[in-house]
Amino acid sequence: MEFFRIKRDIPFMRHALVFNVISAITFLLAVLFLVLRGLNLGVDFRGGTLIEIAYDHPADLARVRTAIDKMNLGEFAVQSFGNSRSALIRVPLKQGLSTAQLSEQVMTALKADDPTVTQQRVEFVGPQVGKELYENGALALLLVSIGIVAYLALRFEWRFAVSAIIANLHDVVIILGFFAFFQWEFSLPVLAAVLAVLGYSVNESVVIADRIRENFRKMRKASVPEIINSAITSTLSRTIITHGCTLMMVLSILFFGGETLHYFALALAIGICFGIYSSALVMAALVMWLGVSREDLVKPEKKAGAAGAEKILP
Amino acid sequence: MNRYPAWKYALIAIALVVGILYTLPNLFPEVPAVQVSTSKSGIKIDTTTLQTVEDALKAANFPYRGAAVDATGVKVRFADADTQLKAKEVLQKALGDNYIVALNLLSSSPRWLASIGALPMYLGLDLRGGVHFLLQVDMKAALEKAADRYLTDIRSLLRDKKVIYSGIAREGTNVGVRFRDAAERERAYKEITDAFPDLQVNTFDAAGESKLVAGLKPEAQKRIQEGAVQQNITILRNRVNELGVAEPIVQQQGADRVVVQLPGVQDTARAKDILGRTASLEVRMVNEDPGALQQALAGQVPFGDDLLYERTGQPVLVKRQVVLTGDRINDAQPGFDGRTNEPAVHVNLDGTGARIFKELTRDNVGKRMAVVLVEKGKAEVITAPVIREEIGGGRVQISGRMSTRESTDIALLMRAGALAAPMEIIEERTVGPSLGKENIDKGFDSVLYGFVVLAAFICAYYLLMGVISTISLAVNLLLLVAVLSMLQATLTLPGIAAVALTLGMAIDANVLINERIREELRWGDTPHAAIQAGYERAWNTILDSNVTTLIAGIALLIFGTGPVRGFAVVHCLGILTSMFSAVFVSRGLVAIVYGGRKKLEKISIGQVWKPAVAGMPSK
Repeated sequence: MEFFRIKRDIPFMRHALVFNVISAITFLLAVLFLVLRGLNLGVDFRGGTLIEIAYDHPADLARVRTAIDKMNLGEFAVQSFGNSRSALIRVPLKQGLSTAQLSEQVMTALKADDPTVTQQRVEFVGPQVGKELYENGALALLLVSIGIVAYLALRFEWRFAVSAIIANLHDVVIILGFFAFFQWEFSLPVLAAVLAVLGYSVNESVVIADRIRENFRKMRKASVPEIINSAITSTLSRTIITHGCTLMMVLSILFFGGETLHYFALALAIGICFGIYSSALVMAALVMWLGVSREDLVKPEKKAGAAGAEKILP
Repeated sequence: MNRYPAWKYALIAIALVVGILYTLPNLFPEVPAVQVSTSKSGIKIDTTTLQTVEDALKAANFPYRGAAVDATGVKVRFADADTQLKAKEVLQKALGDNYIVALNLLSSSPRWLASIGALPMYLGLDLRGGVHFLLQVDMKAALEKAADRYLTDIRSLLRDKKVIYSGIAREGTNVGVRFRDAAERERAYKEITDAFPDLQVNTFDAAGESKLVAGLKPEAQKRIQEGAVQQNITILRNRVNELGVAEPIVQQQGADRVVVQLPGVQDTARAKDILGRTASLEVRMVNEDPGALQQALAGQVPFGDDLLYERTGQPVLVKRQVVLTGDRINDAQPGFDGRTNEPAVHVNLDGTGARIFKELTRDNVGKRMAVVLVEKGKAEVITAPVIREEIGGGRVQISGRMSTRESTDIALLMRAGALAAPMEIIEERTVGPSLGKENIDKGFDSVLYGFVVLAAFICAYYLLMGVISTISLAVNLLLLVAVLSMLQATLTLPGIAAVALTLGMAIDANVLINERIREELRWGDTPHAAIQAGYERAWNTILDSNVTTLIAGIALLIFGTGPVRGFAVVHCLGILTSMFSAVFVSRGLVAIVYGGRKKLEKISIGQVWKPAVAGMPSK
């Protein structure tokens, strides 16, 4: 089997502007949704109480609502979860009401209404913890970005580092845009997925950057766009197959991993799809526009890069 | 060509053997068990306890599958959960209150595996069910409490030294003293700074009034806060022990927080109740009339007395009137009696406590007093020493018939009687046992199905080289599980998802190598040269891409908590094992398959399509 039979290098760079305009529009749309709708932050970040309950018969959500409504908790939400017998109750933080005891009170009220109810899961996050998790998340994102830029700048060149991080942060913003648009719940596992995607899409950029560097060495006469085109074309097969394989695993999590991992897998899936696009088409074009040249890459390469690394393998 | 050095094969072989050994325990199912341990330091869990347990089970005619004693206690396995529950009750009755009898699940893996440290993966609470609490210690309250103690001390100091002041009050975490004249204030300043080196004293002059504000020095504040957290942890541990949880975790997190994890606990209401309970320490006098004690034991407790028991089970009849409460104890430390060199506990009382104690001991020389710990409405006599002389100055020594271990214990209990500062639950995560089981199944399914589809595709696309990739991916999974078991890192549901994701990402290295080999073949390299070049060229890229992924993983590890940390741990370890398996293992396999042949015509890597038009760069 061989999926990709590409006769000559595809002139990706000729259309670089088009790709980047598409990217820019998607990016702006994502930002727009983030600003207009905002993220539907889960209990992890916003604080509050989340209770998963199960009945031994299909849950009557209206009855659950009435039972909780009597408690005067203010705003709360009840939704079905996973299967018909389970339900999820969310009670946001409220001054004077938010204690760890809230879940017990709710369960007592529900038990009085229907004794077959069982508590499956409780998550209570106090206001201070939610704020911290939010800040830590942002800090982690910053640290990952800095780490990746530093590594790529050291290993390649600053132009690659800057282009890669722009391309990949653009993926992150697009994932967040999806979550804002559909108002999917943004929880801690989703944040983990977003950061994993960031690390993973950089892979892609690295593979292409590696190839660009190699081509600069091999194709002495070619122009910069030609070299980039060749690099993208020759890694295209690998890109699609690798991402396809990772996507298979992620879809397996999405389908079999249950409700808890649903949005986690969704974030990964979106990230992987956009990762291909941004690394190949956005990052490479940015590198070109930043004015990468043969001299930037080939010289340091001979001193340390390949010579040192190639010796590792026999 | 393409031979592989023997030492590399040896390395792979060792990794495989170790991998299989440490993965093995995960394959044995868990069986219901009962675990017997103790929270009392005076009691030792040893073969005698084991004998008692076995005798009790035999007497009650309960079949069990083997009992053993180890560092954490006596463990008895049972065939089913029903017997386990009944056996727990029988054992609790047979052993008494000094032992904690807890339900547990233990791996049924053979003992020789456990003896080399091969244990099943440590499952997080979302997989095994249980409660996770994060408690915050109110540091301000701890300082206010300290200020309250100093307030009493300063008041009695000034009274003793006959310094005239017009008012004294606690102001936040400071103590403010007002004076009518500045000379008195100067005297007070000197006395206070001499007596309490931990206090920072400042003087103020306002209209017609001299004032002095004493506050704790920063280092003293830090010490008090650290002490408060430590003390609260000690108390929480004691309380958790009562819940009968097999493997509880109580540990500090950050400066002012405590994590409590109780695997398997379902009754969260009770857990919260016990964790939030307050205990108190009291000093009472002992009724030493032997007749009264006999009467009390017979069931007629004299009016105004309580029949309490010492920790050794010795009955003590104590008066109901409380002469001194634990609030008056500033500190209690284990040590030795200066004269007899016997182990003792040195207690430091605050000003008021010292005065009360002085009067108490002066009036009761030769009599016994009892130090009583009241917890959850249950009183227990910690020690009941004889008063030998009048004790002034607030420094009290409790000694008599105790070991060094006991003195440490008593000191701890006296300090730990009450929470040093209030605590609040700021995070709770509870997962029911059925949900935990469900999560394991779902996680397992996603890894399994994903792996099967992935393997099928790779084998079909790259043929024999694909099979080699699949085998190296399977080795990666084996090594990852082994490393997780070895490190006993907590596996959570996102952790299992990370296993799946890591496998999906790890295939990247194999795809890179295989694509590279195809490409080399396309440009007309000989198969041997293509394999060589494929692995060499791909290595650089594999290294770079894994380092960037690792950066993301490490950041998650640093900033993540709970389930996310579980994800990060697996993610980082998975990257490391995947580099090993993709490069070493698959290279080794290729060398086995193709390395021996001198003349290699063809590699089974699927179709290598050669372009008719030479539009690509030539080598």
